[in-house]
Amino acid sequence: MPLLVRIALLWLVGMVLVAIFAPLISPFVYTAPNLRNRLVPPGTLPHILGTDELGRDVLSRLLISIRISLLIAFGASIISAVLGTTLGFLAAYFRGLVEQIVLMLADFQASMPFLILALSVLAFFGNSLALLIGLMGLFGWERYARISRGLAISASAQGYASACRQLGASPVRVYLRHILPNIASTLIVSMTLVFPEVILLESGLSFLGLGVQPPMTSLGNMVGYGREYITRAPWIMLSPALTIVFTTLAVSVLGDWLRDKLDPTLR
Amino acid sequence: MLRYFAIRLGRAMITIALVVTFAFIVLRMSGDPAQIIMGPEAPPEVIAAFRKAWGLDDPIWLQYFHYFGAILQGELGRSMRDGRSAIELVTERIPVTLALTLPALAIKIGLGIPAGIYAALHRGSLADRVVMLLSVAGFTIPSFVLGLTLVLIFAVKLGWLPSGGQDSWRHAILPVITLGIGGAAVLARFTRSAMLEVLGQPFIRTASAKGVPWRDVIVGHALPNAAIPTVTIVGFMIGTLIAGAVVVESVFSWPGVGRLLVVAVANRDLAVVQCILLLVAATMVTSNLIVDFLYGFLDPRLRQNAGKAS
Amino acid sequence: MSAALLTAKDLSRTYGSRRGLFGVITKVRAVNRVSFSIAAGETLGIVGESGSGKSTMGRMALGLEPPDEGEVRFIGQPIPASGTPAWRTQRARMQMIYQDPLGALDRRLPVTAQVQEPLDIHQLGDSANRPQRAQEMLARVGLSVEQMGRYPHELSGGQRQRVVLARALMTRPDFLVCDEPVSALDVSIQAQVVNLLVELQAEFGLAMLFISHDLRVVRQVSNRVAVMYLGDFVEEGDADDLFAEPLHPYTRALVSAAPVTQRMPGHQRLVLKGEPPNPANRPGGCSFHPRCPFAVERCRAETPALVSVDQGSGRRVACHLIEPSASTLRKAA
Repeated sequence: MPLLVRIALLWLVGMVLVAIFAPLISPFVYTAPNLRNRLVPPGTLPHILGTDELGRDVLSRLLISIRISLLIAFGASIISAVLGTTLGFLAAYFRGLVEQIVLMLADFQASMPFLILALSVLAFFGNSLALLIGLMGLFGWERYARISRGLAISASAQGYASACRQLGASPVRVYLRHILPNIASTLIVSMTLVFPEVILLESGLSFLGLGVQPPMTSLGNMVGYGREYITRAPWIMLSPALTIVFTTLAVSVLGDWLRDKLDPTLR
Repeated sequence: MLRYFAIRLGRAMITIALVVTFAFIVLRMSGDPAQIIMGPEAPPEVIAAFRKAWGLDDPIWLQYFHYFGAILQGELGRSMRDGRSAIELVTERIPVTLALTLPALAIKIGLGIPAGIYAALHRGSLADRVVMLLSVAGFTIPSFVLGLTLVLIFAVKLGWLPSGGQDSWRHAILPVITLGIGGAAVLARFTRSAMLEVLGQPFIRTASAKGVPWRDVIVGHALPNAAIPTVTIVGFMIGTLIAGAVVVESVFSWPGVGRLLVVAVANRDLAVVQCILLLVAATMVTSNLIVDFLYGFLDPRLRQNAGKAS
Repeated sequence: MSAALLTAKDLSRTYGSRRGLFGVITKVRAVNRVSFSIAAGETLGIVGESGSGKSTMGRMALGLEPPDEGEVRFIGQPIPASGTPAWRTQRARMQMIYQDPLGALDRRLPVTAQVQEPLDIHQLGDSANRPQRAQEMLARVGLSVEQMGRYPHELSGGQRQRVVLARALMTRPDFLVCDEPVSALDVSIQAQVVNLLVELQAEFGLAMLFISHDLRVVRQVSNRVAVMYLGDFVEEGDADDLFAEPLHPYTRALVSAAPVTQRMPGHQRLVLKGEPPNPANRPGGCSFHPRCPFAVERCRAETPALVSVDQGSGRRVACHLIEPSASTLRKAA
């Protein structure tokens, strides 16, 4: 495993641990204001990363933000992978009209900037964490759908799927027990390619103030609020900004490496 | 060839229809469209007139056709903030956005494509690695982080340029650079891999083996073939000329279409949002169509078996 | 045949292939009004070149593909439409052996799990006992205990085909279609697998449709043999009789081309002329006439019917040059 990939993996493991244990390891309550300690620069104990405009501890906010951002990104990636793979399998199984509809929707999704679609939905429906995760879960489904459809069609034409059908297995069994494990590595690689984009999208929406809503916080949110204090307290936005960049970079490095390792046919 | 174009045109129509359908469904699901389009303070008789004009008491499929018809005639409702026509509000912002996105597009193409070609021709060299590194960075750094970093350096620390607003051409420099660099990185990566793929093809090796000068091989054979995938990504960038600056416009308080969209979403000004959504769809579809047509001319294989290309 | 397990009547299958989006549809008649029946425990061998429609026939016999015309009956009942629950249930009674055992196995599962799968699918027996039953069957087909935990790619070709056989036999089927089951294997392995197949057939009382282009293998396995050419049965009869005295010119050519240890004196090699058959371009009349050394005017104009030539042995031939009830070839018309 190349050094860069090891570092990326290490970083991601660290992020996941932080996300899981954030409330335990946060030195302060992330929403607790402290008006006597406003805009404390980093390195001043006990506020290692300083405080923000309300005197809230930046490190504690960062840890909770990582938790929320990763929760959204993971939730959305899983939704989109499950949705896309299911639609791809349906297209491969039914062919005909179903397949045409799925492909048409995939074309539509791929040809529209997702940010604009997401913004319109948020405008019509307002905002909540569940809606946000669900909305993000619509991002990238068309890639899983195209891949799983293509692979399932070629797998059905291959012996093992039709052999299994001839054994009397139901389509659900053929697709879930045989075809899915056989194409899982390709799907996982695509997931690592979509994941950074989900993080960027969520942070972009939150930066615009249209994603995660206060008092809850996310990485994009922190950058968005930190922007107001960019002249006086740039540290408020620097640490979440760097976290976003490192995390997307790490997932990309890992994804590229996995792709070369597992599935050189992708892209 | 003609059939190829006809299929593409049909697909473009379908995409537009899907966007309209999407808007229709979302609009219906989110509440009473009359109230939403006309705003909460609209008097009852206006609402009633609207309901009648839009046939909101008709069966849903009829409403759908009416909605379609209204949009085809350019009736997109009024902004609930100042009662102005949504389409007017949006169109007056378009030149403002284009003032950012057009120069940015020039940077993307002027920087990204040559960098990609150069990296491919000098594969493994220091320059190649630098281009690749920058392109990965361009992909993973969100535009608001890049924009704010530029603000921090050039506006806050050095004080050379303004950090936001739209008062002079100097205000446009940072947003244009922010937009341009990210896109240039993506384009460089694409061009490089397209170029490398073409350079590995047998006909390139044949041409150089025949004694054709390397420069002529590159200009005459490699570049035109590498252009095909690159055109796609450039086409997508042209499609985002209007809506691709949402985040950057917000970073730099640039009053373009993107800023309008964000404000409209925050205020739930649905007529404006819907108008921008349709405008973006129309731009995307048009640019996709242009790309497809360019494809038809660039790729002789496509010309021959156009029917098979799906 | 009164105790027929499976009967096929006038089976036809036509594939349409189209050139381009609006191109003309070319019809390919893969199987052309074929009838046969197989008794319990009996093996019908099908011989033919590639493109003769023999695999299509195998798939129709299993109900995997619906015939365009005609009907397949299994124990007197029509086979349900492919994919329906009734069809799926029936799979426990009819199974298939494939040419490429590696392709027919899931490379992500150990072989014991795959052999056990038919029991899981059809909910047969106690679920706790299933792995053991799978292992017993694998032992029966000759796999060692250590090989049972392996993945398909860790086994040899012959071992994989044994696994496929074990899987097919788990539900104790009555009928097995074997589509070129040994042609992908090394010649040295072929005999072992064929012997195993013959043993298992006797042990389980299987009826088989055995499809192959290899005459020696077909002869070893089959009770009766049918010869296919471009979708038609051109000759059918008792295996020993048919190979000892082929009547149809095509059968004669096949038999004389097959490598044999000793050639009968006076037995001439019959070499076919012309192009190999192309199902997309069927000649009129007798489809074999362009390559037949004995073809006469009538062969070009009129399609011969498959008729009984010898009531006793059930031999049927489709050739204008063969007199009904006389097993001699009329040399000139």
